[in-house]
Amino acid sequence: MTLEIIGIFVLWTFLFGYLIVASIDFGAGFFNAYSLLTGRQRILTNIIQRYLSPVWEVTNVFLVFFFVGIIGFFPKTAFYYGTTLLIPASIGLILLAIRGSYYAFETYGSRGHKGYSFMYGIAGLFIPAALSIVLTISEGGFVYMINDSPTLDYVALFRSPLTWSIVVLSLTSVLYISSVFLTWYANKAGDLEATRLMRKYALIWALPTIITAGGIMVELRSHNQEHYENMVDIWWAFALSLLLFIGTVWLLWSRRNYGIAFGLLAGQFLIAFFAYGFSHLPYLLYPHLTIYDSFTNEAMAIALIVAFIAGLALLIPSLYLLLRLFLFNKDYVRGKKEDNHA
Amino acid sequence: MNEESVFYSRILTETTLSFHIIYATIGVGVPLMIMIAQWVGIKKNDEHYILLARRWARGFVITVAVGVVTGTAIGMQLSLLWPNFMELAGNIIALPLFLETFAFFFEAIFLGIYLYTWDRFENQKKHLLLLIPVAIGASFSAVFITIVNAFMNAPQGFDVVNGELVNISPLLAMFNPAMPTKVAHVVVTAYMTSAFVLAAIAAFRLLRGSNHIYHKKALFLTMKVGLVFSITSAIIGDFSGKYLAEYQPEKLAAAEWHFETEGSAPLVMFGVLDDGEIKYAIKIPFALSILAHSNPTAEVIGLDQFPKDEIPPLYIHYLFDIMVTIGVSMVGLSGLYWLGIKLKWVFVNSKWYRILIVLGGPASIIAIETGWWLAEVGRQPWILRGIMRVEDAATTNPHVDIMLILFAGLYLVLGIGSIVVLSRMFKKNPVEQEIEDRHAEKGGDIL
Repeated sequence: MTLEIIGIFVLWTFLFGYLIVASIDFGAGFFNAYSLLTGRQRILTNIIQRYLSPVWEVTNVFLVFFFVGIIGFFPKTAFYYGTTLLIPASIGLILLAIRGSYYAFETYGSRGHKGYSFMYGIAGLFIPAALSIVLTISEGGFVYMINDSPTLDYVALFRSPLTWSIVVLSLTSVLYISSVFLTWYANKAGDLEATRLMRKYALIWALPTIITAGGIMVELRSHNQEHYENMVDIWWAFALSLLLFIGTVWLLWSRRNYGIAFGLLAGQFLIAFFAYGFSHLPYLLYPHLTIYDSFTNEAMAIALIVAFIAGLALLIPSLYLLLRLFLFNKDYVRGKKEDNHA
Repeated sequence: MNEESVFYSRILTETTLSFHIIYATIGVGVPLMIMIAQWVGIKKNDEHYILLARRWARGFVITVAVGVVTGTAIGMQLSLLWPNFMELAGNIIALPLFLETFAFFFEAIFLGIYLYTWDRFENQKKHLLLLIPVAIGASFSAVFITIVNAFMNAPQGFDVVNGELVNISPLLAMFNPAMPTKVAHVVVTAYMTSAFVLAAIAAFRLLRGSNHIYHKKALFLTMKVGLVFSITSAIIGDFSGKYLAEYQPEKLAAAEWHFETEGSAPLVMFGVLDDGEIKYAIKIPFALSILAHSNPTAEVIGLDQFPKDEIPPLYIHYLFDIMVTIGVSMVGLSGLYWLGIKLKWVFVNSKWYRILIVLGGPASIIAIETGWWLAEVGRQPWILRGIMRVEDAATTNPHVDIMLILFAGLYLVLGIGSIVVLSRMFKKNPVEQEIEDRHAEKGGDIL
């Protein structure tokens, strides 16, 4: 394995982490707002608050880690993506900022303000839409070099069906991931009513997720032939991912082993996400930038990898502690412990 | 080069940093204050201090949320607005940036745990242990990010040969000459400012008619801690002067309006610049030579040694004056208060003295702001001193102006939101009532 591959592997892993935890977070916010609208707030809010409260800050860090890390490992990305992403990334940032702080304002300040919940829920859907634009741009065809500076062609971007398919996939997968997780979590909490509702949402969002994912393959065929062929070369990975998807749906359908169902779902996204990333290599931005020509110097790469390993040694036990205290703690999940925040 | 993009990129970065630094400073300093209060509470077996820690922690969450999101904003804005700089920086100084995310990660995890386990442990000490990683993570975030800023002032750890970066040493880049004084100054002034902001709140409650011992304890504790850190800041400030004289003489000379290179240089305090003439200033003989070289007759390099286009704007002298004046006043204010309590002088409990303490809170924040403006404007025209100019680092994207408006709106919303939520939070639940509630709940037990 070359240093370049190690670098992109580390970053991709953290992006995957963000994909899962942020999807749960964004989806939960949406379901919370939706339940307010439909008067089912009583059923869901408790469960959602219980999960989100101690972990919301951690979610953000996965994203920060990714965009700081990519500048470290692949400094040239700052030039290409930094220049072109000004508008979509800024919009994503503003939404993240509003969402993050208003979550804290509502949870710790004035609980139960409906306006905050709506803003929070809606922002959670716009964020993945804004951030997923980056994936579309990376497929090439939207960035041109004008006077040696990369420029984004917004008209082409907004007219491309690929853009919209990826946006839709980001939305459906957020809702799907989140509802499967919350089904499991509600079940652990012994909350039958919430489990039933979340299971229904999970089944509703399963099909749209897999259809849009498949649709993107078709879009890519005409948009980026090279990437498409690379994906076809590792068709078995996508097939495996599909099998895991079927497994999740089947378990949900037959109302059992929600924990395993969520595990299969994580596996499905893990495999698809890495297969997509792997087939994207060596390009970071078609056709301008590859992991090889944008890579940092060897001294920095080694320093970053050493720092990464040392950091993980610190983080993994801490994350484990966090999960053990809140996610895997039966009394906490069921609301038996009186763990009110400070 | 696109002059408009450069201009708006500078304004947007300045806006983001000026807003973020308020919450970041509180975010670095307050965990330490919570830790001290909780520790004193356990030691003295005094429920007031533990309640103090708990109420501070509650307010802290709000400021931390804004700090986190604005920190995310500036983290990404660096790449969005200064892509050419980040491409270069990524090659040399990415290590502390990367480490900062780990420190922040660590802090975030334990803050979540700390906040939600107030009632989980029988033994308060166990709960206090959870706060240590929060305080360490917060302080180390500041350490790492300040290292990056130090590097911008005194870049080293690489060579430029034919436009290529060679001989890169990430560790040498991190441990640059600006790093020790800058890091120490940033961290210690964050502790100092947080202490004085919390002191201002306690004094405010006392002024507003509450005479509860809780606020008096809070005031004495925060003023004492503030005194220690403000004296430390002053000492480090002196070292910063010596660093500047050695490595960035143009910054020192511009900040002190020291135009001609000379020995036995006086220190210019205050004054205004009228057509290149200094008027109405107080000149302290030999003081600049002492500040720069610890020697009253030593020669201090003046602005005459630098080409005109490499001299920072001279208005940074005013920023320097404001920062130093506030810093020194806070040493005096807290020192006098401490002595006054020890020697039972009545005036330190008088209304006017408490008003001064209340004013000390915002004043400390102003000192932080002017200090950062001094640090950043004083490095002009460079983004990376001697290597890269600000105008060569900025984005070529023409839409920065719209982003400036959007972000300014965001900061307004966040600023107002956080103030409203914080004041509502403590107004709805005054400490007298909380103490009563707790006694009722636990039958008079200690928490």
